[in-house]
Amino acid sequence: MSNITFDHLIKRYTPGAAPAVNDLNLQISDGEFLVLVGPSGCGKTTALRCLAGLEDITGGRIIIGDRVVNDLPPKDRDIAMVFQSYALYPHMSVYENMAFSIRLRKLPKEEIDQRVREAARILDLERFLQRKPGELSGGQRQRVALGRAIVRSPSAFLMDEPLSNLDAKLRVQTRAEIARLHQRLETTIVYVTHDQVEAMTMGDRIAVMREGILQQVGTPQDLYQTPNNLFVGGFIGSPSMNFLTGTVSSDGGSVRLKIESLDIALAGRVAELARTRGNGSSLTIGVRPEHFDTAAPGAADTMRLPASVDVVEFLGNEDLIHTTVAGKDVVAMVPSVRGVKVGDQLELHVLASLVHAFDPQTELALTGSDGARPAPPPAVPAQAPAPAAGTD
Amino acid sequence: MRFQMVRRTGHPDFLDLPWQLPLEEWTSERLVDVPTGISRHVVRFVEYRDAVYALKELAQRLAEREYRLLAELAGLSIPVVEVAGVVVERSSGDAEELDAVLITRHLDYSLPYSRVLGVSGAGDLRDRLLDALTNLLVRLHVIGFFWGDCSLSNTLFRRDAGALAAYVVDTETSELHPQLSDGQRNQDLLVAQENIAGELMDLTAAGIQHGLDPEETGAELRKRYDSLWCELTREETFGADQRFRIDKRLERLNALGFDVEEIELIAEGDGYRLRLEPRVVEPGHHARRLFALSGLQVQENQARRLLNDLTRFRQDLEQRRGAPVAEALVAHRWLSEVFEPTIAAVPEELRGQLEPAELFHQILDHRWFLSEAAGRDVGLAQATSSFIENVLRSGDPETRRLDPLVTGGQAEPAHD
Repeated sequence: MSNITFDHLIKRYTPGAAPAVNDLNLQISDGEFLVLVGPSGCGKTTALRCLAGLEDITGGRIIIGDRVVNDLPPKDRDIAMVFQSYALYPHMSVYENMAFSIRLRKLPKEEIDQRVREAARILDLERFLQRKPGELSGGQRQRVALGRAIVRSPSAFLMDEPLSNLDAKLRVQTRAEIARLHQRLETTIVYVTHDQVEAMTMGDRIAVMREGILQQVGTPQDLYQTPNNLFVGGFIGSPSMNFLTGTVSSDGGSVRLKIESLDIALAGRVAELARTRGNGSSLTIGVRPEHFDTAAPGAADTMRLPASVDVVEFLGNEDLIHTTVAGKDVVAMVPSVRGVKVGDQLELHVLASLVHAFDPQTELALTGSDGARPAPPPAVPAQAPAPAAGTD
Repeated sequence: MRFQMVRRTGHPDFLDLPWQLPLEEWTSERLVDVPTGISRHVVRFVEYRDAVYALKELAQRLAEREYRLLAELAGLSIPVVEVAGVVVERSSGDAEELDAVLITRHLDYSLPYSRVLGVSGAGDLRDRLLDALTNLLVRLHVIGFFWGDCSLSNTLFRRDAGALAAYVVDTETSELHPQLSDGQRNQDLLVAQENIAGELMDLTAAGIQHGLDPEETGAELRKRYDSLWCELTREETFGADQRFRIDKRLERLNALGFDVEEIELIAEGDGYRLRLEPRVVEPGHHARRLFALSGLQVQENQARRLLNDLTRFRQDLEQRRGAPVAEALVAHRWLSEVFEPTIAAVPEELRGQLEPAELFHQILDHRWFLSEAAGRDVGLAQATSSFIENVLRSGDPETRRLDPLVTGGQAEPAHD
């Protein structure tokens, strides 16, 4: 088992072209489940392929353990690319299907036996070792295929969008299987996906990439609560964070944000940040849909946004409401008991401590002089169910 | 449900098949049993008139990708099964979504590896099977195709005048790149080695005596691959007056079924370093290309030879000019400065013995032997004179062609 380091990694597919991966610096700890996530073309798969040895790198170093592996062929890197599903050999038993690849590596018989039995234990396949693939269920067959990779006992497993071809139900199921497997194996996993939900639910840490550049790396909580920039704020979280950009006006006591014809009173930490930026400066605020409510929380540092409701999507316990605030689309997720209806004119309330602030020019998150960022959301919603602030 | 079919006549519309059912549950009179390799998906076969089609059920994204890739490979002259269509957005009677189905035409007279290896006394075929797979993998790598899952199961074999020809039947995990890295090639070989070993072990487990050692066979594939890849791509150094060696190298590549996209000669000390960029060729490709460039209508092998000379002429011209020259211009100059003067140099009474293209080809052959014997380049004018005196004037050149000294050992059966 070993750490993995991307040290100023650069990958260009053609000389002079924009790098597919641009100066990537990232350390992955031994046993960590790291997810590389980002939209199509962000460089995540390229970074993984460089690590696997499938792409020659243009600059920098890739280090596995204490070895620089830049020039090593894939087979000498001690990593396993995990396919979505290996074909199983129908006439060989489960044991033989898992053992044959390490048999080729000339391992002693006892070690082969020990590795196969250990993999079978981890995968709950011990009872089926003597069966043929045809006698197994689909899920069991998939586990045998995973067993083929596990018995190699590599330093790390690399997975490139392994769930992308599964239907929604199977995807959720397999997601949990892989997470469970990681807990049992305690081997490093580097996992690529474009799906932020997959990233948030599986990764110990998540590295968000965009246009070849690493935007932020951190735990799912870090990325959710304290995004470094507008991109990460918008990419992580579902539905996406709402952004509103306006001009700061400060008249001694109160600090306001003017968005088109709307004047919002800022509160708490965001007000302090706006005051520091100064009168007439521009500011973008970001609010996650789930941090809005239509009922006033009763706290002093609450911000209110007048909104008109265009669409209401009933999700069961919650409603996803699509509103217009100062001519902009704003999405909020509120408890269904609020009874919001299309056409309602209401106020969206949000605790100032949950509002993110960004510089619209640099797109970077603003922090106070003490580096303070938005507070974590309360574990339990502070608001009590209340009637919707509707017009009727 | 949506059918996406290749625009080509001859394929049925497949509308009479029970698309609303999972493929595994189909019962249709059209279903036929065809021996196959190992697949991770449900694969079944249907028969329409004189054609058999393979139906493979898989996720829509994969099916559409494979549909595109198979068509692209065919366009790049790679031996591959013919893709007929893909059926997507299927749903069952109770509106449950079903996977897509990829339709390919089954390769007539093809054999899966288990059939080839299972035949008793097929020792020679086993060897040819490895040769065919090696050749296929190299051809794929030359065009920048990363197979991702090279195996005997993902290949079909067809007899080809004593040899075996290999065809790609599965591109589910494949990618097409402008060029492959060494890492990608190595990964493909690694996967191929492991798959072959697994497939042979599985045959043994099924009681089929194939007489092959699983581990050694996988390793043998890599050995053959390395040797062929090296032949195609190795750099060669030779003296300034040994340029006839370029011809020899090009001929060897042609014989292996490859062509050369570009020749790069790098001056180094007293000689040159030769770097080639090979590519895969399709039948009739050279004849069509030469005709487009020069208007000459010749046979395929003659065209190949003439094009090699044209390539060499271009390289020479560009080196003298120190700048690239347009292909059309090169072809025009080669025709007027090399081909036509050479033919014109042959006295009219001797010229009728052979077609001009064949005459030129034989003069090039003759020059090669003179250069080889002299250990240095012999000019075309000198070779033409020698050919006129020693070959054309001394009798029937068709008889001469049987003399290994003239034909380079490639003796052909005598004409009646």
